[in-house]
Amino acid sequence: MTEVLRRLIGPWRRSLQLRVVTSTVALGVLAISLLGAYLFQQVANGLTDDRVRTARAESQVLAARAQSTFDSSAASADTAEFNNVAGQAVVALAPPANDTTRYVVFTRALDNTAAIRLDTVLTGGLRNSPVPLSLREAVRTDPDRQQITIIDLERSSLVSEPSSASWTRPDLPAVVIGQQVQASTAGPYDLYFIYPMDREQATLDLVQRLFLIGGVLLVTLLGAVAWLVTRQIVNPVRRAAGVAERLAAGHLNERMRAKGADDLALLGKSFNDMADHLQSQIRQLEDLSRVQQVFVSDVSHELRTPLTTIRMAADLMYDQRGDLAPALGRSVELLHDQLDRFEALLADLLEISRFDAGAAALELDQVDLGALATRVVSGVETLAERRGTVLIIDAPGKSVLAEADARRVERVVRNLVVNAIEHGEGRPVIIRVAQNTTAAAIAVRDHGVGLRPGESSLVFNRFWRADPARARTTGGTGLGLAISLEDARLHDGWLQAWGEPSQGSVFRLTLPRTAGIPIEESPLPLAPLPVDADATTRLRPVRLLEAP
Amino acid sequence: MKGRVLIVDDDLALAEMLGIVLRGEGLDVIHVADGSAAIGAFRDHRPDLILLDVMLPGMDGISVCKRIRAESGVPIVMLTARTDTVDVVVGLESGADDYVVKPFKPAELIARVRARLRRGDDNEPERLEIGDLAIDVAGHSVTREGSQISLTPLEFDLLVALARKPWQVYTREVLLEQVWGYRHAGDTRLVNVHVQRLRSKIEHDPEDPKIVVTVRGVGYKAGTGG
Repeated sequence: MTEVLRRLIGPWRRSLQLRVVTSTVALGVLAISLLGAYLFQQVANGLTDDRVRTARAESQVLAARAQSTFDSSAASADTAEFNNVAGQAVVALAPPANDTTRYVVFTRALDNTAAIRLDTVLTGGLRNSPVPLSLREAVRTDPDRQQITIIDLERSSLVSEPSSASWTRPDLPAVVIGQQVQASTAGPYDLYFIYPMDREQATLDLVQRLFLIGGVLLVTLLGAVAWLVTRQIVNPVRRAAGVAERLAAGHLNERMRAKGADDLALLGKSFNDMADHLQSQIRQLEDLSRVQQVFVSDVSHELRTPLTTIRMAADLMYDQRGDLAPALGRSVELLHDQLDRFEALLADLLEISRFDAGAAALELDQVDLGALATRVVSGVETLAERRGTVLIIDAPGKSVLAEADARRVERVVRNLVVNAIEHGEGRPVIIRVAQNTTAAAIAVRDHGVGLRPGESSLVFNRFWRADPARARTTGGTGLGLAISLEDARLHDGWLQAWGEPSQGSVFRLTLPRTAGIPIEESPLPLAPLPVDADATTRLRPVRLLEAP
Repeated sequence: MKGRVLIVDDDLALAEMLGIVLRGEGLDVIHVADGSAAIGAFRDHRPDLILLDVMLPGMDGISVCKRIRAESGVPIVMLTARTDTVDVVVGLESGADDYVVKPFKPAELIARVRARLRRGDDNEPERLEIGDLAIDVAGHSVTREGSQISLTPLEFDLLVALARKPWQVYTREVLLEQVWGYRHAGDTRLVNVHVQRLRSKIEHDPEDPKIVVTVRGVGYKAGTGG
């Protein structure tokens, strides 16, 4: 049931045109029904009034004729003969046998106290008297005037039926007119004329049929008009939506057709103006980006060539520093170390500016995060040994594949692991690898100084340092995590940090397993579980892959 | 280490410094500063290795590389200041065997040069087969049904490495170490580009390789050639 409802409501909500057409049709049906009902009622009333008027005039004449028959016939003591006379007089009032335009009922008045009782006469095949008691009461109360009522004449009370074709219902409205006649010595008798309104009913039925057909045609016409009118409005709107979509998809040359001087042409014109403006803005930004890219590239080249010469010269001197005087030897050492730092800084700055210029592009491939973690760990072995840090990899037995840029992901993971070693105060660093249906993740956990509240978002800021007063003992450039975050974003992935003072920290990289399909949730928790300490003892230190 | 190295670089200070370092390793060094002069110098001196800067006056490094590669398989190591994928891949696709990114350490450069010059030292007679190709390792030749296929020394080394252990899947990292001589992580794009170049020469249909087969998420292995 709800399914059906949803299937109906869906298009209703989506299509303005459908909405307009249905509401127009609904309102049309309502208005036409009300109007139709009112008109129909008027016609029916008119027909009934007309019938009543003619019936009255006719029955008056007939009643007068009956009265005069009674008056002229000599009063007879013989009841049987009197009955015969009365019967003939009444039957004479009825039309010929095959005419069913009226029936006559002759019956003793309710307040007649005369000794002579005449028989009740029913003409024209009436089986029993259809005259309601209320009418008879009315005749008794006011015997000098005609009393009128409308009844439903039941078919079953007739022997021969009216010939009209519309006589298909079980009953038929009929006008009943009652009045009193003085049947001389037999006292007052009621004379009722019953006029079935079969012709009027046939007319009404025809009118009703015409109204119905007319109504359906009118509503259909209304719906069609509404459909046509909305189409004229909706189609340009739909076209505009289509053009807007294509514009958004990067087809900046798409424009709307804007012919004429009406509102729709105005919409098209404004739309195109907007598109022109957007296009020029985007072109401008693209140009800027291109200029920036070329600049970065040039700076890169111009800086790197002399730096290479300096680097080689310094390395040559560094290799022979043993032969130099102590002060000179130390100077060469400082020069060598600072060149490393300068180089790293230059490389990171160029990388960041590439991201800023939007020039960074992904080289996607299937990357096994488990193997990648192992590779990173083997690469930072010497650093870990120097710090006395144990590196532990917790990865599932099977490979954890993600569609990613191996070079960038490896750079991110190496950066996270190096940071963990440097801030881990010699305690174990755990690297977890896991996957679910949409995402693969690597989380690096250290048990060092951790992060203060609010710092977990600050760590990704450029050149951010936990404590500005702290000596720069580590070789980091201050751009590592900022670059890592950009790398993660480039993959549509997440890079998040968790940390508590003296509880250590967790940095988690989550990547979509298939490029373009969004991550639903990360397969690894960001904050460590309370049982973390147990896990540390449960896991074996990593065994590095042996070279083949 | 013996050999003759042609340095093509317009930065005189760097070229001189490169000369000092390479001569320190016992190599002969020739220097030209102009791209258009590089091809003449190559023909005159027949060096064992070329160090080629990408940005050069006269003719740029990419064109020089293509011209030299058209007539010789001599090892070419590019010196580049750009690490963008496009720049690197264009360099490699023009025929360079390897590249070093400025600023590099002398030791790194020497390792690259040594890896390219090393070959030919340990050639025992050895014949290998991979797919429908026959490889004569000592004679540096690859034949298909008797006709020679011309490969650069690096492409030859790559093919031999795969053919020697046809059951083994090689990761790009392992190939970088075995063929290019990288001890630490290198650039796997090197492997990708050279596998493409190799395929274009030896496969019947490079779009549907049968001899050098990609193993998704791992690396490459020798195929059956079917």
